[in-house]
Amino acid sequence: MSTSFSPVVAGSALPSDAPAPATPKAIAQRGGEPNPTAAALQQRFPSAIHRVDVVWNETTVVVAGAQLFDIVRWLHDDPSQRYDYLSDVTAVEFRDTEQPIEVVWHLRSLPYRRFLRLKVKIERGAPLDVPSVWSIYRGADWLERECFDMFGIRFTGHPDLRRLLMWEQYKEGFPLRKDFPLRGRFSRSEQLRQALAANPEARYSKEELTIAQAFEDLPDDMRRRLGTGERTGE
Amino acid sequence: MGLSRRPEPAAVVGGGEPWITTRLDFVVNWARANSLWPMPFGTACCAIEFMATAASRYDLARFGMERQSFSPRQADVLICAGRVPFKLAPVLRRIWQQMPQPKWCISMGACASSGGMFDNYAVVQGIDTIIPVDVYVPGCPPRPEGLLYGILLLQKKVMNERSRDKSLRNEMEPDPSSQLYIPPPVIDEISEPFGNSVHQTRSGL
Repeated sequence: MSTSFSPVVAGSALPSDAPAPATPKAIAQRGGEPNPTAAALQQRFPSAIHRVDVVWNETTVVVAGAQLFDIVRWLHDDPSQRYDYLSDVTAVEFRDTEQPIEVVWHLRSLPYRRFLRLKVKIERGAPLDVPSVWSIYRGADWLERECFDMFGIRFTGHPDLRRLLMWEQYKEGFPLRKDFPLRGRFSRSEQLRQALAANPEARYSKEELTIAQAFEDLPDDMRRRLGTGERTGE
Repeated sequence: MGLSRRPEPAAVVGGGEPWITTRLDFVVNWARANSLWPMPFGTACCAIEFMATAASRYDLARFGMERQSFSPRQADVLICAGRVPFKLAPVLRRIWQQMPQPKWCISMGACASSGGMFDNYAVVQGIDTIIPVDVYVPGCPPRPEGLLYGILLLQKKVMNERSRDKSLRNEMEPDPSSQLYIPPPVIDEISEPFGNSVHQTRSGL
């Protein structure tokens, strides 16, 4: 699956007389010129764009979750946008329990030197489902797994939505949620017992070992165990 | 204790081998204490201090530790430098089980010894809940002198071991039928309050 590599040159889509990039000075906290992409989005998806904010000279667009995938697909594919780099996927939960949970995508357009932050607000009580952008950006794989691990956001369409940082059998919940106690839900001894019960060799799924081309080199019994889908010694 | 006095030169002058007598314990412990091979298990900033200790300025090799053993099979001392998350707990225990006897363990730094400031859901509150520890080195991170002092203490401890004491090398897995076994809920009860922060409650609120 080798594809020819074509380097992305930052600023290559800008006109040749565009000013050279410089570190901005004296940025206002609120207000300022929004990213031109925001206006284009409002024109293209008028019903899906709820709000546009400019904070510290960075544009935040709050969009409808149902159309997020179409929006990101358009931002990625459209020659006038070319957002070719997904730098982060995360979520925000506020201490105010009335506030909705926000899922945040940080997109960057290298050819146009633009940065865009997309947000989807999930109302309290609604299922924490948002579309996955894995089919657009392969790099979203682990970002979404981490977000699922820490916040419990389910990214529909993700091919392998497992925990990333905590182990897969972690039973205490989602650590970055506000209702999660800092020390976890279980007692220290129970946490230790569960952690020690795991087989350290069985932390890998068959897919990961196949990717590493190490699967065939494993001992027979481990291959058999992994082949049946077993992942832990618990 | 110590090497016995050499015999008077007159005793060996007339031919024959020079000889000394000593205690077997002393010789064995002396050999062990002066060639401890460390297995560095560095997970955090303490490992940087460990590297500084092993480098030329502080020179761990002066104490017989010139060979860093990166395989637990050929190591004598496990030096756990840094915080250990719960996800790493079975790995650390497996590494300890892979080390051959005789073996010792140094817990380097506040996090390895007690969890340190990381009194949270992800970090083991002291590696002595997983493996036995011989020397705790305090500090966040400890200076190289601190680690060297811990190593000297360990050498002193090794020098005082008795080979007749069979309990030294016994490895016990927790056995619920034993009278020494304390069930986890009781441990949790008698160890409250846990951690070092008075501003946190069990519920976290």
